[in-house]
Amino acid sequence: MAKHIGKQSVKFESKISVISTASTVGTKEGEGPLGQYFDVVLKDAVDGEDSWEKAESKIAKDNLSLAVKKAGLTMDDIEYIFSGDLLNQGTGSAYGIRDLKRPFFGLYGACSTFGESMCLGSVMIESGGASKVLVGASSHFCAAEKQFRFPLGLGTQRPLTSTWTVTGDGAAVLSKDGNAPFITGMTTGKIVDFGVTDANNMGAAMATAAADVILANFKDFGISPDYYDLIITGDLGYVGKDLTIDLLKKEGVDISKNYTDCGIEIYDRESQDTHSGGSGCACSAVTFSAYFFDKMKKGELNRILFVPTGALMSSTSVQQGESIPGIAHAVILENSFEEVI
Amino acid sequence: MESSAKNKELYQDMVKKASPNSHIFKNCIKAFVVGGIICCIGQFITNYLKELGLTQNDTGIYTSSVLIFIAALMTGLGLYGKLGKFAGAGSIVPITGFSNSVASPAIEFKKEGFVTGLGAKIFIVAGPVILYGILTSVIVGIIYYFLK
Repeated sequence: MAKHIGKQSVKFESKISVISTASTVGTKEGEGPLGQYFDVVLKDAVDGEDSWEKAESKIAKDNLSLAVKKAGLTMDDIEYIFSGDLLNQGTGSAYGIRDLKRPFFGLYGACSTFGESMCLGSVMIESGGASKVLVGASSHFCAAEKQFRFPLGLGTQRPLTSTWTVTGDGAAVLSKDGNAPFITGMTTGKIVDFGVTDANNMGAAMATAAADVILANFKDFGISPDYYDLIITGDLGYVGKDLTIDLLKKEGVDISKNYTDCGIEIYDRESQDTHSGGSGCACSAVTFSAYFFDKMKKGELNRILFVPTGALMSSTSVQQGESIPGIAHAVILENSFEEVI
Repeated sequence: MESSAKNKELYQDMVKKASPNSHIFKNCIKAFVVGGIICCIGQFITNYLKELGLTQNDTGIYTSSVLIFIAALMTGLGLYGKLGKFAGAGSIVPITGFSNSVASPAIEFKKEGFVTGLGAKIFIVAGPVILYGILTSVIVGIIYYFLK
């Protein structure tokens, strides 16, 4: 059975293997620095559908199916699906997953959803409740802009602190039998709110949650930053990354040497005009599924702390002047598996 | 990492330092030039219509209509958004910006139907301008009535 460690962490006893991943992205992400790593790069934003929302559901369905296919399984082998997205009532996922006919937990952790999916999927396997689960998360730039910001055709300027929502879906099949990498532990994040109200500076709103959960992970497991080959946050972008480093420095921890953010990796901010970086559920989901999973498989990375980050606000809460609460969940992935003492 | 009032205050300072500011001077120049060009185009249309023999009143109405049409067409073609990204207030403040703020939600929310989507959401951006514009004109009208 899993072991509760410290205040908010879990060490898994079973070998929870990530047996396959799949990533589908939009054209902009395909043109970015990680373009060659993605399984599918869409030709346009609607993917043959007649709305962005329907396109997101289709992307989610197709990509989840692809992850299962890449694992050499059929959808019937999957015992549970854990997935979520940014759209109201989780329709981005649910409408795609309804055709898959598998037991489903719809999750919402804003852009941290992929971390939440991985954590809960792992717990399901560890508990013995399942041997194979499918985890994922999706987002769509156009659908997110429509729900959270302005119509796409409106001629406005985006502030330099703003981030660009990634279009795509990232998915992984977790199994109790399989090869490295393994999910060996997790630290569940608390909701952290330091009073940021600027919805165009999500990196700043989420950085405190990221720093909080990373610090908790170090304390709970009694480790220091160099325990990991790389610490990877979800979608803090350039502004949030700098803030996270500074916040942790104040706590006496220096992660600047082995730390990056998916929102920074996924776009070239100069040529792609993405300002502070990428964001959205798909940002961490596709970057992990395509790029970091590949690096672990090749042995270039052997132990990572993957920390998808989310901002738990809605357009209504922002209009009512509420601050933006952040959340982040940390997942430990390792190529070697050590038995728990 | 306590989110105490003091820490929140300290964090606001950190955020301010870490967040890059928009290039205000560069943006002002761009807005000035593009806004000026749009107004020149308006003036050109006005002069042309006057040449055709239209009255002062009619030229104003026709010029506005032409500018509104061009901006709505450019919005549909996805060009006005790009212009707005470059010009900022330079393309928002003229009447073409108003046209863009009505046309873009109309396109965006068409998928939710002509009544509950387009009809209900078309003024989602321009609505406040219309409401408070009319309200202001009523107040000014009343003041004018008593001062006259």
